[in-house]
Amino acid sequence: MEAKEQKVMDEILESHSYDPTAVIAIMQDIQQIYRYLPEEMLCYIAKKLHLSEAKVYGVATFYENFSLDPKGKYVIKICDGTACHVRKSTAILDEIRSLLGVTAQNPTTDDMLFTVETVSCLGACGLAPVCTVNDAVHAAMTPEKARELIKELKAEAGVGEEAADEN
Amino acid sequence: MKKYMMIDGEHVEFTDEKNILAVIRKAGIILPTFCYYSDLSIYGACRMCVVEDKWGGIIASCSTPPKNGMEIHTNTPQLYYHRKRILELLLAAHCRDCTTCEKNGKCKLQELATRFGIPGVRFENTKPIRPLDTSSKSIVRNPNKCILCGDCVRVCSEIQHVGAIDFAHRGASMEISTAFGKDIADTNCVNCGQCAAVCPTGAITIKQDTHDVWEAIHNPRKRVVVQIAPAVRVAVGEAYGYEPGENTIGKLVASLRRLGVDAIFDTALGADLTIIEEAEELLESLGEEGRKYPLFTSCCPAWIRFVETQYPHLMPYVSTAKSPMQMFGAVIKEYYKKQDKKEGMETVSVAIMPCTAKKFEASREEFKRKGIPDIDYVLTSSEVITMLREIGIRFDRLEPEAYDMPFSIYSGAGVIFGATGGVAEAAVRRVAEDKSPKALKDIEFIGLRGMEGVKVCELPYQDRQLRIAVVSGLGNADRLLQKVEGGEEHFDFVEVMACAGGCVAGAGQPFARSTEKRLRAEGLYKTDKALQIKRSEENPLVESLYNDLLKNREHELLHVEYLQGKQG
Repeated sequence: MEAKEQKVMDEILESHSYDPTAVIAIMQDIQQIYRYLPEEMLCYIAKKLHLSEAKVYGVATFYENFSLDPKGKYVIKICDGTACHVRKSTAILDEIRSLLGVTAQNPTTDDMLFTVETVSCLGACGLAPVCTVNDAVHAAMTPEKARELIKELKAEAGVGEEAADEN
Repeated sequence: MKKYMMIDGEHVEFTDEKNILAVIRKAGIILPTFCYYSDLSIYGACRMCVVEDKWGGIIASCSTPPKNGMEIHTNTPQLYYHRKRILELLLAAHCRDCTTCEKNGKCKLQELATRFGIPGVRFENTKPIRPLDTSSKSIVRNPNKCILCGDCVRVCSEIQHVGAIDFAHRGASMEISTAFGKDIADTNCVNCGQCAAVCPTGAITIKQDTHDVWEAIHNPRKRVVVQIAPAVRVAVGEAYGYEPGENTIGKLVASLRRLGVDAIFDTALGADLTIIEEAEELLESLGEEGRKYPLFTSCCPAWIRFVETQYPHLMPYVSTAKSPMQMFGAVIKEYYKKQDKKEGMETVSVAIMPCTAKKFEASREEFKRKGIPDIDYVLTSSEVITMLREIGIRFDRLEPEAYDMPFSIYSGAGVIFGATGGVAEAAVRRVAEDKSPKALKDIEFIGLRGMEGVKVCELPYQDRQLRIAVVSGLGNADRLLQKVEGGEEHFDFVEVMACAGGCVAGAGQPFARSTEKRLRAEGLYKTDKALQIKRSEENPLVESLYNDLLKNREHELLHVEYLQGKQG
């Protein structure tokens, strides 16, 4: 781990007073910055919090929301809860996956720009079918709107050139 | 006022029992459990110990505290139904190759399936077959046989403060895993094997080396030389109906001869050598002005691993003396060298140990000389029992036999190495200035004996008081180290054994609870009492070894420098 990253880790740990019971909040902070939980960082916080690496790994794998694999710049979550499902969310999911060439097993594009996931309910059933891109909610989706959305995101990232990691 | 509970309509008094299960057991009803060990925290996972309260509610007795006047039932139609279903579901998700399982006959799941008469399992095992982890020299992990009781996780973190394994993932995909699913050999596992000792099934077992030892025995060009650790003699008999603590060394020697090994010696002689070296180091360290840390003992390979992984900066304070097994291994290999060459033989050095970490120790690079290990194989007490069963030896009917020459003399100090406090007592016998029989008797009572996890005692030495600590269980060692680091405590000498209760409680021994472990330790002290030679330096073999085989080679043969590198 580089000195810069170690400083970030120390700041996060400091803000939680090195409290081992705050391990979930600490992981959320790490994921907020890096979009996933890098192994070396988990080992680092385990050491600093006096927890075993196995325990920290156990917590990280218990929650669906934590990821141990790197994620794309845009994390697209397509809701597949009951309300969205009956309003044909599957078609949207299929459309986005085929557009980006990703699958359930390999949800992230090679250029690390997109990660496509399903989620069991976003709690916004009135807007069904719904999807989120990072924190932005997109309501009443259709395959057409999905195509448009991907296009916009690609333009925003300046695709064709190197997809720079702005974080 | 006396407190009581109604259990199946009977009055049962209780005092400070922490849970209903303990009260029920006191009443003579042995409820089935998988995940309950009184030494560990309560988890309440297996639900086998369920009982019914007077309103028909089903509660887990292990995790419910008793209340005055409480009424519970342990045998109702509901409970009958639940226990059988729980067991059937556990069996459904479990590998059922019992006949080829190493735990066959010793498995709790098998035992309860028999006890409950489960006629068949109606559900298919939908779990994919997962690979075994055979990376460790000491244990084998088979996730397909795991019932997720978590006993291994709790013993590893609560008793040993290692935490090499924990629960990972969730729901149906939950499993016991190392951090990031690494091989167990690549983690901070210390190889103590206590996880295997508490595992109710065959999910964690001790790595078996019996096959290789059989091959060596059957090979006429191989000279199989065996050494037996002190703690083994007071436990192997348990497999043949002897009381824990009964010293059956004569019978063990006789059975090993029938097995076909060529020479049998006692590791206690190695322990005598260890004391000579370690005591010298101790005296040296006492001369160091302002030394912050004590001299730590180095006999326990799990403890060494613990320091390497968690307190690497303390390695310089661990004695450089090899463990008795390794010292004796070096002596054996040296002793037979010429003879081997002349006769065209190869000496295979086998150690019978109460310990799983010894398997790892024997394989360490630091103990290889010119690429050849001093100990070729380590067999646990349990493996030896398996080998004896294989050839059908009636252990109980054999006449006791004596060790082979020339390494058949050992001191009582060497024998007590197998109990917590034994190494420290042996060292004290060596360094104490007063060598009278009365002084020896006094040492017995300075507080080094007993099964407590932490013992502290003081001993007058020259113009000062020596402070000695004896700890067993790595969790206790961890707490002690923190106090020493924080400057709260100062010691001159600290003995550490990784297993709570010392080597007699090693994971390679037959399964035992605290009472049996205590009896085994007492058995060793009894043996010491009956031996003429009490102190290591009084052993005539020690002197002759130093004058001959070890001459000018003490450093090479009796000391080790750990590389602190990666395990394996």
